[in-house]
Amino acid sequence: MTSNKKLTAPLSGDVSRRGFLGGTAALGITAASTSALMGRKAYAAKKGGHLRAGIGHGSTTDSLDPATWENGFSLSMDYTLFNHLGEVDHTGGVKPELAESWEASPDAKTWSFKLRKGVEFHNGKSLEAEDVIASIQYHMGEDTKSPAKSLLKQVTSIKADGKHEVVIELESGNADFPYVISDYHIAIKPSKDGKIDPTEGIGTGGYVLENYEPGVRFMANKNKNYFKSDRGHFDQVEMITIIDLAARQNALTTGEIDMMDRADLKTVHLLKRKPGINVMETVGYKHYTFPMRTDTAPFDNNELRLALKYALDRDELVKKILRGHGVVGNDHPISPTNQYHADGLAQRSYDPDKAKFHFKKAGMDGTVIQLSAADAAFPGAVDAAVLYKEHAAKAGINIEVVREPNDGYWSNVWMKKGWGACYWGGRPTEDWMFTTAYAAGADWNDTFWKHDRFNELLLAARAELDSDKRRTMYYEMQEIVSNEGGVVVPMFANYVFAASDKILPSEQMAGNWELDGAKFAERWSFA
Amino acid sequence: MAQIMKMVAQRFALGFLTLFVVSLIIFLGIELLPGDIAEEILGQGATPETVAAFRRELGLDVPAHIRYVEWLWNMLQGDMGRSLANKREISELIGLRFGNTLFLAVTAAAISVPLALTLGVLAALYRYSFYDRAVNVVTLSSISFPEFFVAYILIFFLAVTYPVFPSIANISDATPFWDKVYKVLLPALTLTLVVVAHMMRMTRAAIINLLASPYIEMANLKGLSRARIIVKHALPNALAPIINVVVINLAYLIVGVVVVEVVFVYPGLGQLMVDSVSKRDLPVVQASAMIFAGTYVLLNLLADILSILTNPRLLHPR
Repeated sequence: MTSNKKLTAPLSGDVSRRGFLGGTAALGITAASTSALMGRKAYAAKKGGHLRAGIGHGSTTDSLDPATWENGFSLSMDYTLFNHLGEVDHTGGVKPELAESWEASPDAKTWSFKLRKGVEFHNGKSLEAEDVIASIQYHMGEDTKSPAKSLLKQVTSIKADGKHEVVIELESGNADFPYVISDYHIAIKPSKDGKIDPTEGIGTGGYVLENYEPGVRFMANKNKNYFKSDRGHFDQVEMITIIDLAARQNALTTGEIDMMDRADLKTVHLLKRKPGINVMETVGYKHYTFPMRTDTAPFDNNELRLALKYALDRDELVKKILRGHGVVGNDHPISPTNQYHADGLAQRSYDPDKAKFHFKKAGMDGTVIQLSAADAAFPGAVDAAVLYKEHAAKAGINIEVVREPNDGYWSNVWMKKGWGACYWGGRPTEDWMFTTAYAAGADWNDTFWKHDRFNELLLAARAELDSDKRRTMYYEMQEIVSNEGGVVVPMFANYVFAASDKILPSEQMAGNWELDGAKFAERWSFA
Repeated sequence: MAQIMKMVAQRFALGFLTLFVVSLIIFLGIELLPGDIAEEILGQGATPETVAAFRRELGLDVPAHIRYVEWLWNMLQGDMGRSLANKREISELIGLRFGNTLFLAVTAAAISVPLALTLGVLAALYRYSFYDRAVNVVTLSSISFPEFFVAYILIFFLAVTYPVFPSIANISDATPFWDKVYKVLLPALTLTLVVVAHMMRMTRAAIINLLASPYIEMANLKGLSRARIIVKHALPNALAPIINVVVINLAYLIVGVVVVEVVFVYPGLGQLMVDSVSKRDLPVVQASAMIFAGTYVLLNLLADILSILTNPRLLHPR
């Protein structure tokens, strides 16, 4: 892999994650599928036009407050109106966006971000260090409700160094900090007396807010002053919330909208046949999981966890639940798209005999194991749980599927019941993913898992700047999670979305979120 | 007339009592639902600390009965409050949505009511004929299918196969009036198919009921034409039950159309209420419920007044 060298050299500036990995398997899928669909015309973005996007998310209760952003609609809105210190590109690397460059101290504890000069907010204010500081601080401290709070716990101080430089001190070294600070919640908004107004839609982004009716529609007009001259091609961007899948697909096929997210996997082969429609697919970090509470019986017994891991036919799940639009998982959360994905780790496969063996060893013979599921966890979760039950039955393991209500699933079932279904949007870095959901004591450690060696490696790898050493450590961590962790990761799901052939998507799409990293508004254009 | 005024006053008092009870039930219902707005909005991203901070910000750390009394006091002064989720004025939020809901209801009513009455009168006129049976079968079938199914069928034929209408009713304030009408025609047709049967059959039944009366027989003996007998003699006396059914259906067109709103992506009040319930945005749910309940109370009152005006005998129940 060529990328190792690329990472070791510059920790400043462009931390290119996988460098130019274009040809390798992981990214190859994205590149190949889009290029095949594009018919390979010369790539030339056309300026202008009114883009109408149908988005399968969005609720009347949404708002412009970055602390409440949690769905695909708010995400796309975020990237249309706002910018961040860095942006994740199609290689999965983070590139400076509002920052011009960044530099870390050798221990990766102090980070200084040089801001781009001459950037203006939609209200005419110029971007300065105080705006960045206020925007970050909004997500910190006692009174914030922001999910980014736990990400920023590691920050001990933020200071301005002149008008165009921000210096951030961390508790301990973090080589991936540019990724963290570019999290989608941390949108840069203008500061007024040291505070941002969270409810305003004023940013630096490629489009200026025209009107926003939560749960219905969002409209924005081209920002003529946008600092990226080669981005933001549309005159106007309209996003419409269309939750109903059939309505969304009908709207696309009848030309009411130009593009849509979340195609129906059950009928996508029919959609593909429709002339004038391009179906696109990107491999990302999104994965579906069955987390077990390792702090409560019976899941505190690793033999049982292993038994359950062997008792699942992942291929069938990919085939039936994802209809082939995904890849099998290996009981750890690191996607094949991630840089340090442990390719060498043997793929766990369906083995009723081994499952039976471990089940017996756990002394669980005859016990009924409850598995909670609701489609709120991921589309098809209940079906997946039922398939799981059938697979496990062949190994003599009796699973009882408990169908939970969608309503309130995250507050009443997830992290409460012993074993359930869940999904993760995934994270672009190993450290981020592990720190969020696998580190001991983390807020979202949904398996309540504590593993000393793992936690030790996590800290060591985070501050390690040498790529080869990091790789070894991350490989070991993936192996530990796979063999001793409390999570069954059956599959990684691709993002499948569609647009009319009047739309010209990016030549290579980012996979960190759906719809080209949710940045279609600034990256796509009319053909 | 004085009697009518008295009845109206009584009904209004009862209506207020109903609204009060409804608000209490809704409040208790939402309180009983698991989770609150802080947990629902933060979703998978919730942690105990952020949820607590969110609750403090929204004032949800105050006991429920105090919040209810506060809400009631503000409501009595005409202040519906602000949405907990995005701090928008509820009056503004609901005003827009309710306007849309009314627009769809009125369009649907403008098609369905004349259609149902005409079909009903004709069915009474030609009862037991082929026409009578055909119209019964067709309207009963369309009411028997679930709304979303009717909607999808209409979309399939009128938007996909023959693109006459748009498949989604994507309207905003800025949409010109006739454009709006054109865009809501498909949802309005769906609703028409759903409500016509009820009104049509009631019209037919009410008229046929009267046809055995002595005064109709008298009219027959005078040699009047059947059409004249039905329209001039029977219909005016049959109006009371017909008005009742029409009004009940109008109320349904306003409060019961959330499925149609979802299928056609129509920004109405139903969708707002469903979203708000699932996120536990109590003030918005309360305000929408008040509007829905108020609609029912008012329309029922209207139905009674109109029935009495067409048939004053109803003022003196035996």
